[in-house]
Amino acid sequence: MNKIKNLADLTILREKLQSKSRPGDPEQIIQVKVAMATCCIASGSRETMNYIVDELDKRNIEAIVTQTGCMGYCYAEPTIEVSIPGKEPVVYGYVDVKKADEIIEKHIKGGAFVEGIIPVNYQKIDN
Amino acid sequence: MEMVKITIDNKSVEVPRGTSILKAAKQVGIEVPTLCYMDLHDLNIEHKPGGCRVCVVEVEGRRNLAPSCCTDVNDGMVVKTHSIRVLNARRTVMELILSDHPKECLTCPKSGNCDLQNMAIKMGIREIHNQDIAEMSTYRTDFSPAIIRDMNKCIMCRRCETMCNDFQTVGALSAINRGFMSVVAPAFEMDLEDSVCTYCGQCVAVCPTGALTEVDHTRRLIRDLANPAKTVIVQTAPAVRAALGEMFDLPAGSLVTGKMVSALRTLGFKYVFDTDFSADLTIMEEGTEMLDRLSRHLAGDKSVRLPILTSCCPGWVNFFESQFIDMLEIPSTARSPQQMFGSIAKTYFADKIKVKREDLIVVSIMPCLAKKYECTRDEFKVNGNPDVDYSVSTRELAHLIKEANIDFHSLPDEDFDRPLGESSGAGVIFGATGGVIEAAVRTAYELFTKKRLERLDFKELRGMEGIREATIDFDGLPVKIGIAHGLGNARKLLEDIRSGKCSYHAIEIMACPGGCIGGGGQPLHHGNFEILNKRMAAIYREDVGKPIRKSHENPYIIKLYEEFLGKPMSEKSHKLLHTHYVDKSKKIIYI
Amino acid sequence: MADYKIHLLVCGGTGCKSSNSQVLIEHLRTEIRNQGLEDFAQVTGTACFGFCEKGPIVKIIPGDTFYTQVKPADAKEIVEEHIVKGQKVARLLYKDPKSDKIITDPKGMEFYKKQIRIALRNCGVIDPENIHESLARNGYAALGKVLTTMTPDETIEIIKKSGLRGRGGAGFPAGLKWEITRKSPGNEKYVVCNADEGDPGAFMDRSILEGDPHSVIEAMAINGYCTGASKGLVYIRAEYPLAIERLKTAINQAREYGLLGENIFGTGFSFDITLRYGAGAFVCGEETALIHSMEGNRGEPTMKPPFPSVKGYLGKPTNVNNVETFASIPVIILKGPDWYSSIGTEKSKGTKVFALAGKVNNVGLIEVPMGITLREVIFEIGGGIKNGKKFKGVQIGGPSGGCLTYKHLDTPIDYDSLIAAGAMMGSGGMIIMDEDDCMVDVAKYFLDFTVDESCGKCTPCRVGNKRMHELLVSITKGNGTHEDIDRLINLGNVIRDTSLCMLGQSAPNPVLSIMDNFREEYEAHIRDKKCPSGVCKALMIYEIVEENCVGCTACARACPVGAITGERKEIHRIDPSLCIKCGACMDRCKFNAVIVN
Repeated sequence: MNKIKNLADLTILREKLQSKSRPGDPEQIIQVKVAMATCCIASGSRETMNYIVDELDKRNIEAIVTQTGCMGYCYAEPTIEVSIPGKEPVVYGYVDVKKADEIIEKHIKGGAFVEGIIPVNYQKIDN
Repeated sequence: MEMVKITIDNKSVEVPRGTSILKAAKQVGIEVPTLCYMDLHDLNIEHKPGGCRVCVVEVEGRRNLAPSCCTDVNDGMVVKTHSIRVLNARRTVMELILSDHPKECLTCPKSGNCDLQNMAIKMGIREIHNQDIAEMSTYRTDFSPAIIRDMNKCIMCRRCETMCNDFQTVGALSAINRGFMSVVAPAFEMDLEDSVCTYCGQCVAVCPTGALTEVDHTRRLIRDLANPAKTVIVQTAPAVRAALGEMFDLPAGSLVTGKMVSALRTLGFKYVFDTDFSADLTIMEEGTEMLDRLSRHLAGDKSVRLPILTSCCPGWVNFFESQFIDMLEIPSTARSPQQMFGSIAKTYFADKIKVKREDLIVVSIMPCLAKKYECTRDEFKVNGNPDVDYSVSTRELAHLIKEANIDFHSLPDEDFDRPLGESSGAGVIFGATGGVIEAAVRTAYELFTKKRLERLDFKELRGMEGIREATIDFDGLPVKIGIAHGLGNARKLLEDIRSGKCSYHAIEIMACPGGCIGGGGQPLHHGNFEILNKRMAAIYREDVGKPIRKSHENPYIIKLYEEFLGKPMSEKSHKLLHTHYVDKSKKIIYI
Repeated sequence: MADYKIHLLVCGGTGCKSSNSQVLIEHLRTEIRNQGLEDFAQVTGTACFGFCEKGPIVKIIPGDTFYTQVKPADAKEIVEEHIVKGQKVARLLYKDPKSDKIITDPKGMEFYKKQIRIALRNCGVIDPENIHESLARNGYAALGKVLTTMTPDETIEIIKKSGLRGRGGAGFPAGLKWEITRKSPGNEKYVVCNADEGDPGAFMDRSILEGDPHSVIEAMAINGYCTGASKGLVYIRAEYPLAIERLKTAINQAREYGLLGENIFGTGFSFDITLRYGAGAFVCGEETALIHSMEGNRGEPTMKPPFPSVKGYLGKPTNVNNVETFASIPVIILKGPDWYSSIGTEKSKGTKVFALAGKVNNVGLIEVPMGITLREVIFEIGGGIKNGKKFKGVQIGGPSGGCLTYKHLDTPIDYDSLIAAGAMMGSGGMIIMDEDDCMVDVAKYFLDFTVDESCGKCTPCRVGNKRMHELLVSITKGNGTHEDIDRLINLGNVIRDTSLCMLGQSAPNPVLSIMDNFREEYEAHIRDKKCPSGVCKALMIYEIVEENCVGCTACARACPVGAITGERKEIHRIDPSLCIKCGACMDRCKFNAVIVN
């Protein structure tokens, strides 16, 4: 852990982090983000995330699974975002364990979309 | 000082920046009605929580109405204090307060003397809408030995909270609960009796409604006076004679001793005595004790703690028993004049008139509410029979005199009975802050130096500042004296003692501002120290007019010792005239 | 493992479904099969795009092609032209309604512009418990820029120029507040973040703290630099345990990395943050009450002036801002005030986060530019009213706000327009109501809340709101009179005019705005003793329809209070004086013999 002693340190660290894997931009490895705010947790997103982590491991799929904050689709919790390298990220809603299984098999392994994609309806700004 | 010009009701006025609209209006003769606002400028308290919303006024350019007590003026402000918008708002606010207030004016102890009632009369409130569906915030009535809390009548003005926390620093009262059921009460809504309340009664003195009132003993008194089997005698505190006249429209500072005695006789008391007598007795005991501790201290006795603190004020005794228990051996062990009187009356005097203890009723007229509690202390009872049966406040006495249709003004001046009615000037000055210690000095000086005291007036001990100090020359020995009135000031002195910073030999403490003349049972002064100053002047006037001005020269005191007590601090004196203090800090509270 | 090169996403939202999007999907699949491209192109149904007026929508990726108003018959052309030949079908492409130009890049579409996540820029993108992810997304870059290249005055100028107004509800210009705090004399100052979000149904601040706590921490440090404070406090309600955890983690990580604490970036500027917890009082969201609560006193508001910027926490100058206000600061510094002020309206710049709740399809957190209309929010972003019901009203601003009707749907969302319409922005709670909601009941609900949360200090709020509530209860029970309406209006106006703080001053808002916009509902309750929406139980009469009743006694057995009498095979009767309107009889009756009047 390096303490940031001046602005130059911050810039260097940021560039290093950006080059490794920029969140929101698929690089070399599959990324799965699970929304984990309070309403998401109340809808079961912890179980979903634990299941995805376990199953990806069991099925030998290399991927990074992380939690994030609220994505905004509170009516469709639990929600996850799947980013396959080279492809646009896709958001799924109502992802219980059963749906998660389907997404792992069909989308992550199989490359095909599953029904019930939630279209992103907002602009994200690049900082 | 930057000046600011404003217009109120079309009148122009220039005031310093930082002045409230209320005060600015007063300067042009406009009295905006207020309810919770309380200005005790001489105590450095301006209570303006801005809660009642009665004093709202219209300010041009401001979206909503402004509470005039806590809104400062801006340059060019245009204020209207009685537009229709303001009148409607004020009236609606009053109606809301009344909608959550009991409608028992006819039998309320505050009726005729109630700020809320006066405001309702002023606004001509005739109807309270939808009272049939209105919920009322009700609470259990809390009866303590001296103060009754009937919070159904509380209008959340928070004055009592300010007096108790900010001025007296006792901390017995604060707001609890939230919203509609919020109320001012001791923590956990426990009984006042279980709290750190000292019964100083300053809260009662400022309460605008009948929420806080004193326990009224007049009914009991009338029954006792009418009981042929009982001999009812009375003692009157010095502060009463300097203020009683105000209840009969006499100017503040009128000394009405003679009429007071006459009124009491007319009411039916068998013997009318004077607490000043037992004040002299207190000086004998306390003065001797003080000298004893002082001499032993000067001789190097490390077991003796100084300073010695006076202990005649029961509110003050409660204060250190509940919040300064590490210093319980510092106050004098002498009882208060009220209690010494009762103790002597029910032994020495009862023997003289051959009346049994149980048939003798000793009543005291006190400026104080804590005295009501003091009568009930177990240490002051013999086999369950109290030395002083009960205490009646100055206000209660005045009501009783009026109820009995006695024309106070045409009463002749009469004198106290003997033997317990003769007093020196030193006994009288107990009523003012600094008086007790001055009385003690007059006696202690002669006892210690064995010389005659030429100067009897110790003006350096008198005055209204909260904390005072003076050094009295005891023929070469400088005796340092500290004086405080108001428990907030007392706390400061006590904390100095605790931290070792204090170098006084003796300290006098009174719980009420001005001393007993500003007591919780006196006619209300509404923070006007002028009244207190005048009452104080009356006390010192009576002192000067007395032929005997030193306690130890009171012939009846001398006789009492010869015939009965022996000498000060004798075994009999100890038993009858001294006491001990209890640790009231650790309490188990059931909530 | 399939390797689709093209994905066709067809909107499966309610609107598009009713326009045959399902059939469209089948047609597309058939056409693709016909072309032998089943392994090349996949057709998937999605959730609602929120673009219902132009549905059915077909989005083709990669390339982000947006086809609107697609009919099943168009499937052949799409597959032949676009999928096979790679040529877009021009006539189906989205056309901007104003310029009539074809827009191919979705970022240029009005539809996408309806939401811009600025305060929420990192929410849902980063792991809030990993500072690296925040740093990679320019976390603390604004603080670095400010501390090393800008003076406090320059920074404050930028905030002022951006036009950012406080997002807690009052809308006071943030830059001005920072400037006043800066100018207040004293060298002991404080920065306070108000995270006591108490409005029922509001969770904007919670989401920001749970999703991107570093943006708030960074902004507080920037504020400290500008105003001269070295200590920050976050007053967060205890009912947000996850937000508290995430905030604590973030603060600790920031400290580890030297971004909080002594000598940040080696510039000599020191700043640190402590947390203070609320204890369940909505009134402690009011800034003076909040400050008193932090001081250990009773959480009651006190008179302003003096304002906290001059005399606040412990009597020192204190800058109090809302979570969302702080969250916008770093990006304003990095992208510049002109960029920020280009979004929004003339007097209300930037975006606002709303918690969309109630009877809409897409409940959730949205962030919209100021100036967007209510119609767009409710019917486009929100996806319209659930279950096809009719829109009745939208409550904005929580218990302090007002209720607007269909007449106001084209009101732009900004501070001044909402006030002019009789509501207010508030902190961002937006509750949509349909025909089944009783507006008098809604007014009662909000007043219920304010009566419970009133601190009790001032008469109009403590007693007045309670009396208003009692009147509303009486009306919903069928005991109201016409004088009650006048009484409510007078009481409401006086409470607004005389209460000490905004809780009291705004408590009558829901009642009075509902009185303005839904007067007939009040009248129905009072004059007709009826609740048109069928909500107020006391006004509902349960009756048995004689023609349908067969006397099976099922209802009588279900009744918990024995209000139904009748012999077997005989028509049953409900005694209205005993009936508690629980509806059990109605649920049990198989013959539709129980009705509610």
